[in-house]
This record gives sequence, structure tokens and C-alpha cells, in this order.
Amino acid sequence: MTTQEWKFTAKDIASKPDLFLSGHRACAGCGPAAALRLIMKATRGPTIVTQATGCMEIVGSIYPYSSWAVPWLHTAFENAAANASGIDAALKAMRKKGKVKQEHIDIIAIAGDGGTYDIGLQALSGAVERGHDFLFVLYDNEGYMNTGIQRSSSTPIGAATTTTPAGSVNPGKLEKKKPITEIMLAHEMEYVATATPYYWKDMMTKARKGLEVEGPAFLHVFAPCPRGWRSEPAKTMEYSKLSVESCVFPIWEAVNGKRQLSTPSKLIALAPQKKKPVKAYLEGQGRFRHLFTPQNQHVLDGIQLATDERWQRLLQKCESA
Amino acid sequence: MTQKVKQEIVAMNGDEAVAFAVKQCDVDVVAAYPITPQTIIVEKFSEYVANGEVQTEFVCTESEHSALTACLAASVTGARTFTASASAGLALMHEMLFVTSGSRAPVVMAVANRALSSPLNIHGDHSDSMAERDSGWIHIYVENAQEAYDSIVQAFKIAEDVGVSLPIIVGLDGFTISHTLERVDVLSEDAIKKFVGERQFPMVLTHEGKTVPFKLDPENPMTMGPNALPNYYFEFKRQQEEGMRNALKKIQEVNSEYAKISGRSYGNGLIDAYKLDDAEIAIVCIGSTAGTLKVIVDQLREEGVKAGVLRLRTFRPLPSEELRNALKNIKVVAVMDKSMSPGGLGAAVFNEVRNALYDLKQRPIMVNYIFGLGGRDSSPRDLRRIFEDLAKIAKTGLVEKQVHYLGLRE
Repeated sequence: MTTQEWKFTAKDIASKPDLFLSGHRACAGCGPAAALRLIMKATRGPTIVTQATGCMEIVGSIYPYSSWAVPWLHTAFENAAANASGIDAALKAMRKKGKVKQEHIDIIAIAGDGGTYDIGLQALSGAVERGHDFLFVLYDNEGYMNTGIQRSSSTPIGAATTTTPAGSVNPGKLEKKKPITEIMLAHEMEYVATATPYYWKDMMTKARKGLEVEGPAFLHVFAPCPRGWRSEPAKTMEYSKLSVESCVFPIWEAVNGKRQLSTPSKLIALAPQKKKPVKAYLEGQGRFRHLFTPQNQHVLDGIQLATDERWQRLLQKCESA
Repeated sequence: MTQKVKQEIVAMNGDEAVAFAVKQCDVDVVAAYPITPQTIIVEKFSEYVANGEVQTEFVCTESEHSALTACLAASVTGARTFTASASAGLALMHEMLFVTSGSRAPVVMAVANRALSSPLNIHGDHSDSMAERDSGWIHIYVENAQEAYDSIVQAFKIAEDVGVSLPIIVGLDGFTISHTLERVDVLSEDAIKKFVGERQFPMVLTHEGKTVPFKLDPENPMTMGPNALPNYYFEFKRQQEEGMRNALKKIQEVNSEYAKISGRSYGNGLIDAYKLDDAEIAIVCIGSTAGTLKVIVDQLREEGVKAGVLRLRTFRPLPSEELRNALKNIKVVAVMDKSMSPGGLGAAVFNEVRNALYDLKQRPIMVNYIFGLGGRDSSPRDLRRIFEDLAKIAKTGLVEKQVHYLGLRE
């Protein structure tokens, strides 16, 4: 990996023109939109973006308008990584024949959790196995928000969605969230990382590192969705922060499989008393409202326990690395 | 480039002929997934890659859906692209077939036509590509391995024409063509490269008033595959139809240009009429069946029967005018279909041809023969019987049954 030193200062960011432009139709307080704008500021040169069908694809490309100041391609829902494969193959072939001027063009494939965990997993796994040179950015808002807040395999246990509503029998979704980054790490990728936009500098640095990898890289961005989470738009960054502080979504990076906690999560590992209870993260989100009742206390307790266990397992994985 | 060039005689099956043509066409990206009876195409091409005979990026995807996606993405990035599939593989591509034509990406695909499950069957019929009739792809069906080679070469020139900019399916009958060794005359790589030329791009106007090639290019950022709401979607679809109209002309042009260097042409590129001028009875078909039918027509002619054959080479765009002109004086026409449209009035080719002839003041009597499903063999005797049926209808004017199943246990 040829990581060059890059300091994303507020000044740098302000002076670099936007590539994901304002005027798009995302909701107020949209976590994914904020994350993408910053990630596009972390690009290093000529870049082609391809997106799976989803909120972030829809909001920026309503004909005849576009929010994309880079070449951009959408074809379908399940195939963002296959798009990247095709672009990568085309650039390689055309470069051999002298038909591409630029020395290098970065490729970013972007998909939501539906387009990554579920319908897009096969294409993603295939493209990574084939070693195409691209950064896959997963913006994880834990559900099919674009189609109206249905559950995905990323939706956490206990969350109410329109296909896992909280009812008199079921307290929201019954199944746990799929550990997507573990699946991607099992592909023996050179770079896998998790990030969330509250820690913007960390997220941008990771995006940049992912681009600098020669081959596939995977960036899991946890991005609150006020509409789907039934949370206040003004609190998007607060939930982004709380997800890390409660260890619901620890942030780390793995270079060649060696996993290291990133600073905000590392500080919690060093001072466990700073770790916030999951309640602090869950309350205020309408999708978990039904858990704050006596009959569902056991679900809340279960979420806390599972979060603690996952965190402990992660600490062990980081130690052994 | 009007001189006929020297050719080499090679023994190849249809799949190998396709792979050889792709090799000669200087294709940038091939992305494919194996499925019988198309596999030989990608296997043969893999050998070219392994031996450094091509500069192509060969992407062995994890599914047909991703194979066509990769071709589409490569195509809009500016690459010349090819894929091959059949049956269930083509069905898995279904979604992407529409996206590819809607994106105006000139991808060329060979389809080694095969039956669809269920029951599972790997043998030849046209159920797979007929199910993709409305996917916005040009459909060309070939008669033999020679035509498979020639048509792949022609396909790139047709698809990439800026007025067309549409993807093409070149259909070759599974096993009958794909796996049968035949004599194929091939042109030199130089002659083919010269004939096909470099890929051309439609020029489009950007919001800044610049005229730029229609492709993903960091120097001229373009948003490809946008959302078009009810206020624009309809116009996009209508423009595809313009591409199809232009293809009608382009296919004929390419057919004649190719004849100049190769000495081979296939009718006018759209239809291949055989002894139709004075025919009283005729059979319309697509694909390899035409070869057998032509032999039977020769026999019948010797017996004094005025029989003819029309091979529909281009199924999409449908050459309606050519069909009308060729069939207007025939008394009775049988259309042969190697696919079904359960619950419909006959199958796809019958529907299309009959529809095209409806506007004639005096129309031929028309009957439909569904045959060969799942690779069921149709012998020359079976096919001869169709002409006998037609002669009877011509004599009596009576149609007992409009839709027949040929060679079926009933």
C-alpha cells in the first residue's frame, strides 16, 4: 500500500471544490449525503463513481439535473461492484491501447446496505475476488429507506421497520445485524475499514487510503437516516457519535488483515468507563421506542449484552493482530 | 475497400467461429459466465487470452447478471465489448438487457439458443431469446457457422454506428450450429479490423455548451443512467425506437459492404428469400432450419411444386416492409417457431410475420408450426410434410388447424 501523507484540514476541505454538489434531493439531516460529500472531497484525482440503486443514487441524478461533478454511472440495484469491474476492465484495456489519457483513474462504487449486504453481495464478492481496482463505499443506514423503510440484513435486532413493525407479539426485527465487514475481511482484502461521518477526518482519511490501494478496498460508513430511524434531523451527527461511544459501531481499519481501532474507539478501549450504555444511543430513535417499555426490557438488555460481547470480540481481534 | 480479400479455410464449429470473429474485431472487454451450449466461445477466447493473441481484458464474472453489467459499464466507459450466453443465463441477464439498450450501449452478445427450464434441457430452441423480444436489442439469427462468424463481425459495425447505438444479440442454434464442425472461410485480421474500424461515439451537448463524446470521461463528466421521471422517460424510450429504425438501414448497408470484401451476403441482411418470386407456398423460419428447407424446396421444385423459403435473419428491428413485399403474392405461408407463447395465438415469429402482413389488401393464408422444442429433431420428412399441408390448403382454401405441433407425441 502506497499511502501518502494526507492531512484533511478544514481549510483543505473548504478550498477543494465539491464533487457531490448541493441541490440534490436528500432529506434534511441525511447522514449518507453528508458522508458522500466529504468522501468525494477525499479523492485524489480523476475519479469515476458508480452507484447502486438507492437513496443516494436517486437524489443526485434526477434528469435533466445532476449533483455529480465526476463521471457517474448507475445501472441497477444489485450490481454496483459489477459496474466497477466493467469500468476497471475498460480502463485497463483502453490504456494498453493508448486510448486513455490519464495515468490513473480512481473508481468508487457506492451502495446502501440493501445493495451491499443483501442483493449486491454476490456481485461485490465476485468483484473483490477478481481483484478489480476500486473502492466500495457502503453507506449503512440499516434498512431499505428508499423504498419506504423496510428491513435489510443490516437492520439491527429490535428495530421497527415497515416490514418488521413493533407489534403485540414481535418487538421489531427479531434477527441480528449481519457482520458484513467480517465477510469482507474473509476475502483477504488489503484494506477494510469502518467509519462514520461525525469523525469526518477519520472517515476521509480512510476513503483516501482505500483509493490508494491497488485493488479492491471496502469502507463501511455508518450513516444515520432521520426518516428511517424516526430521529430528529438535527441529531444525525449526534447519533453518529453515539454509535461509536456506545460501541454499537466501533471504528477501525484493517490493513492486510491487521485490525487496529481508530482513535475514538481506541480511547474507549483504553478507558472503558467512557463507554456509554446502548440506551443512550437507542433512546430518541423512534424505531426503538417500543423497547422502552417494561415488557420489552429483556430486548434492551439483550442488545446491551450482545453489544458488549461484540466489542470484547473486536478488542481480542485487534490485540491478536 | 471494395476488393474481395484473400480468405483462409478453417474447420470450426459455430462457437469457435464466434470466438474467432471476436478475436479479430479488436474487442477491449469480454465479460462472460459459462453456460452450455455457449461455453466453447469463452473457452476458445480464454485460449487466445492465455496465449497473448489478444489485448482484451477478459472478465470471468460470478454470474451472467454481472457479465452483462460489466459489459455495459465497460461499453459506456468507451470500450468495445462482447459477451455470450444462453437459456437460463440470458434469463438471468433479463433486467440488464433493458438497462443496456436503454443506456444505448452497443454491446454484442452471441446467444447459443437453448431451451428454458423447466424441465431442465440443455438443447437447442429459441425460447431464450424470444423471451427477450422487447428488451430493445437488435436480434440477428444465423443459419450456419460461416454466418455466425460473418455476423459477429458485422454486429460491431451495426451496434456501434452512432445512429444506431444499440446492443445486438446474434443467435446461433444451440448444438446444431454451436457444436457442429463446418467449413468456415475467414478473412485476415487486418481486413476485419479495417472493416469494423475504431469505435465511434455519438456526440452530445453538455450543459456548458460543449460537444463531447457520449462516454464516461473525467475530462467531460457525464451522468449516465439517471432517473427520468414521467416528464422525460417517454422521450428516452422513443429515441430507442429511432435507433431501431436506423438499424434497418444500417444492417442492409453493412451486409452489402461486407459482401464486397468477403463475397458473402445474407439476402439483404434483413431477410433471406429463397425461390420466393414465383412461389405459391412458402415457409418462414429463423436459424439453421432454413438450410434443410432450402434443400427440400430444391427437391419440390424438381417435382414441379412452386415452393419457397423466407429466412427471417433480422427479427428486431422487424423488416415489415420487406416481409410484405416478399410474401404478398404467396397463397399459403407457414411460419415455423422454435418457441412457444403459452396461451397465445401461435408463437413469436408467427405473430410478428402475420402482424406485418395484415395491411396487405390480399393476404396469404397463414399457419404456424411449433417445432424442435428442447432440441427435438425435425427430419427433412417432417419439414416436407409442412409443404404438403400447405399445398393442400392452397388447393382447398381450408385451414383445419392454425397452430400445429410438429413431431410431437399427442
